[in-house]
Amino acid sequence: MRAPSFRIGLAGRYATLLLMLVVMLGPIVWQFLTSIRGRTENVYDGVLPARPTLDNYVRVAESFPLLQYVGNTLTVALLAVTSNLLFAAMGGYALSRAAWKGRRAVFTVLVATLMFPFESVMISMFLTIREMGLVDTLIGVWLPGAVSVLNIMIMRSAFLAVPAELEEAAVLDGAGEWTRFTRVFLPAAKGALAVVCITSFMGAWDDFLWPLLVLTDSENHTLQLGLKTLAGATTVSDQRIIAAGAMAALIPMMLLFFALQRFFFKGVGDGAVKT
Amino acid sequence: MEAETGLRHRTWWTPYLFLAPGLVMVTMFSLWPFVNTVILSLTDAQILRGGGFVGFDNYARAFGDPDFWVATGNSVLYLVVVVPCLVFLPLALAVLVQREVPGIGFFRSAFYTPVIASAVVVGLIWQWVLRSDGLVNTVFRKLSIVSEPIPFLTDSTMLLVSAMIVTVWKGLGYYMVFYLAALGNVSASLHEAAALDGAGPVRRFFSITVPQVKPMMLLVGTLSAISALRVFTEIYILGGESGGPGGGARTLPFLIRQVGLGFAGETGYAAAISILLFLLTLVFSLLGRRLSKGDER
Repeated sequence: MRAPSFRIGLAGRYATLLLMLVVMLGPIVWQFLTSIRGRTENVYDGVLPARPTLDNYVRVAESFPLLQYVGNTLTVALLAVTSNLLFAAMGGYALSRAAWKGRRAVFTVLVATLMFPFESVMISMFLTIREMGLVDTLIGVWLPGAVSVLNIMIMRSAFLAVPAELEEAAVLDGAGEWTRFTRVFLPAAKGALAVVCITSFMGAWDDFLWPLLVLTDSENHTLQLGLKTLAGATTVSDQRIIAAGAMAALIPMMLLFFALQRFFFKGVGDGAVKT
Repeated sequence: MEAETGLRHRTWWTPYLFLAPGLVMVTMFSLWPFVNTVILSLTDAQILRGGGFVGFDNYARAFGDPDFWVATGNSVLYLVVVVPCLVFLPLALAVLVQREVPGIGFFRSAFYTPVIASAVVVGLIWQWVLRSDGLVNTVFRKLSIVSEPIPFLTDSTMLLVSAMIVTVWKGLGYYMVFYLAALGNVSASLHEAAALDGAGPVRRFFSITVPQVKPMMLLVGTLSAISALRVFTEIYILGGESGGPGGGARTLPFLIRQVGLGFAGETGYAAAISILLFLLTLVFSLLGRRLSKGDER
């Protein structure tokens, strides 16, 4: 099964690939190089820094509580991953298999909520969080994203692809509902679970607007909120420090992604298209 | 596509039990906020006090508010420019990386990297590229292309353009993955047959690939239109808290936050703008759906 291909010549293909590589990675790579330039060096002197140093990372950690921000963000992200994995899988399971009264209605309502852009309900969400007394808490940042409808749908379509025979065999073996869920369905949907895991972690790590609404005290800031202060200080601040801050937020994500990327591209295929 | 297994749940409430956490969350943080936004939009509520019913006053106010029209204009302009870019460029990129050649996995992941980066990080990176003493202006001045730095971030229109560049750059890899999935389903035998008939790659692209990925193009168009209406962070990081000089680059989400929160936050008025944003989003989702339905016929 070879995919259809376009013969523009291998050399031409690689040339275009390299050009796109410069466009897509160039700004990131240059920002990284800036982040390891010495204090006395001109930022625009040559492509490579003459004396690479990690000094700027130390300085960014001194200029704001970087580690605490990372800790706050990790707290929210790990909560989000755990709750999304569990609740999205459960919800997707209920929606994917045996018919029950009201399933269609529940499904329709869930899909309908996908149409509300977060920005058009954020004021009201903020008021809800405030009534719950969760303003300026990390729980308040996490809670609205504790399980996303999109993740429920991803799990549902992954479970739909599980062969019925597998489930029937488990039933014949006397497996109860929870056992079938944990022993048959969850292992069969590893790819989709990986996708839910990565996307909810990245979603929590990268989120900006919601934490901006909920968190006031800088003690509780997440990493992205902390970085905002770097952006605001552009006229006076040192580009090397800004670069170091940006890289400190980006590099963990890149490591995570490259470690799991096989799973990821495979999982996308699992959930999205079935032939 | 519903896989009816014929199996019944053991008790009638089991599925509800499985769905309970999801349903509670959706009710609290999606359904209720939406209903509440509609209600709020008909009141003169402020952040620190509830409001009385004022009918459609807030909507009338929005239509007479120049800030509202600037923000709506910016959001719509954003959509009009960004959506075509995000429908076609990622398709070209997907076609480029589709063929399994040595090292292609690296390129796919590399092109996806901007998607992984947060909007704030992406904003910081591009702020440094586009600042008046940033990379582009420095290089341009060294090459004597410009004598005065180009005001990428300090002029409202340029700021919008800069934010659009950032959005497209960040969206390329994201939609590339969508197209990769769609291209995987394009039948290879059709291509081979057409090649035997003497159709060149360009001809085959337009007469075989494009018709087969057209549903995906419509989906990408709809998704990118909806996300274009949601743009906030790019403008905030590139242009600062005020949204460019005189707030000239503010988008609708930007305006909602500015109007609705803070000590003098007018939640009622912000709710009305929120509903108008929702309606605008709805129009584009329905348009996308209508187009794809018409396509099936």
